[in-house]
Amino acid sequence: MARRYDSRTTIFSPEGRLYQIEYAMEAISHAGTVLGVLASDGVVLAAEKKVTGKLLDLSVTKDGGYGGSGEKIYLLTDNVVVGVAGLTADANSLVNYARTAAQRHLFTFNEDIPVEQLAQRLCDLKQGYTQYGGLRPFGVSLLYAGWDPYYQFQLYLSDPSGNYSGWKATCIGANNGTAQSLLKQEYKEDIKVEDAIGLVMKVMSKTMDSTTLGSEKLEFATLTLDPTTKKPKAKIYRPAEVDALLQKHDLGKKEDTEMKTS
Amino acid sequence: MEVSFAITGKGYVILAADQNAARSIIKMKADEDKIKALGSHLLMAYSGEPGDTVQFAEYVERNLRLQQMRNNHPLRPQAAASWVRRSIADSLRSRSPYAVNILLGGYDMANKQAKLYWMDYLGTQVDVPFAAHGYGSYFALSLLDREVQKRLVISFPSFKVKVVDEGGVREVELDMTV
Repeated sequence: MARRYDSRTTIFSPEGRLYQIEYAMEAISHAGTVLGVLASDGVVLAAEKKVTGKLLDLSVTKDGGYGGSGEKIYLLTDNVVVGVAGLTADANSLVNYARTAAQRHLFTFNEDIPVEQLAQRLCDLKQGYTQYGGLRPFGVSLLYAGWDPYYQFQLYLSDPSGNYSGWKATCIGANNGTAQSLLKQEYKEDIKVEDAIGLVMKVMSKTMDSTTLGSEKLEFATLTLDPTTKKPKAKIYRPAEVDALLQKHDLGKKEDTEMKTS
Repeated sequence: MEVSFAITGKGYVILAADQNAARSIIKMKADEDKIKALGSHLLMAYSGEPGDTVQFAEYVERNLRLQQMRNNHPLRPQAAASWVRRSIADSLRSRSPYAVNILLGGYDMANKQAKLYWMDYLGTQVDVPFAAHGYGSYFALSLLDREVQKRLVISFPSFKVKVVDEGGVREVELDMTV
């Protein structure tokens, strides 16, 4: 009769578990992989896109907006970039909430919101859905890459239960176990952003199902400090830039050569 | 008839405020402390409508303390000043506004800089190297404009003087006999 406790998000099962939260987390472990690595001079995020196909119109992502293709990686404020895994519609709602919270902080304190505070605000909201009745929890885990003058570069992870934690390198979504053990092996203390990009690319290529990586399957972002202004600079790569980066790390498609030889 | 001053130097801010509590022609107290330590590296000198001043200063003090407990670190002087300014500005537009003038000095541990903010009861805020409130400002600002003088020529019997620098906040005794 375990099902009796399935439908309500806020009711403990006799074993002391909240099934809906666990199901949400299960759903996320099938979603596209999102990977984050903290470096001494920046943070790197990469995400696997799930909605792909020849007929998908990606014309806007070529040069519209602020970069990226808007499926997995979003800019929350000048100093925080986020990667999402799970239900995209739920994620959109959370991203909207986070952006409002960040701007409200800017309004009252005239400073960018500290990264941990922003993560906390979202987690307060997520936690509410594990306690107040009748509603479904957010089926989203997030990776926050950010910078603030209090603790410099930071990487946080939050899950549907409203827990959050800080990481040097971590992964959410499909194959997160494999990715995490790879990261554990390869991560070095005081790694630089350039090497972190290489590490992220390598782990991504091993955890994703497809043999060759390309901008249609991959989103990529970095957060660094602008050397002149000393302000955080988020860069969400455009498809062409992702492909260039993949070529640089010898992970991209070699379609040109293959076409010619065949 | 109140007065408060502040000057910044390399890595420190000094705040001074008179110690009188007076009403009309009667001086009721001569050892009032009008400078609050709002944290380990933040000082606030307040003056204005009696009653409003203490009420508002305590409101600010407790709110900033709450922020520090919630976030495990104190606000930077710049952020604290913005919050205080906003509180004054919101209050000004309410039914019963606070009439409080403020000098907020702090040492920013994030970028190792001393900061001073001048604020009045209308919600004006400026980031300044030296500042003063009250009648004393008419004397002091002209002096400070030329250069920071060694002596302040105001006939208040005593001043509370507090410094904030990298080591935090502390009180200093001012020898008024010179």
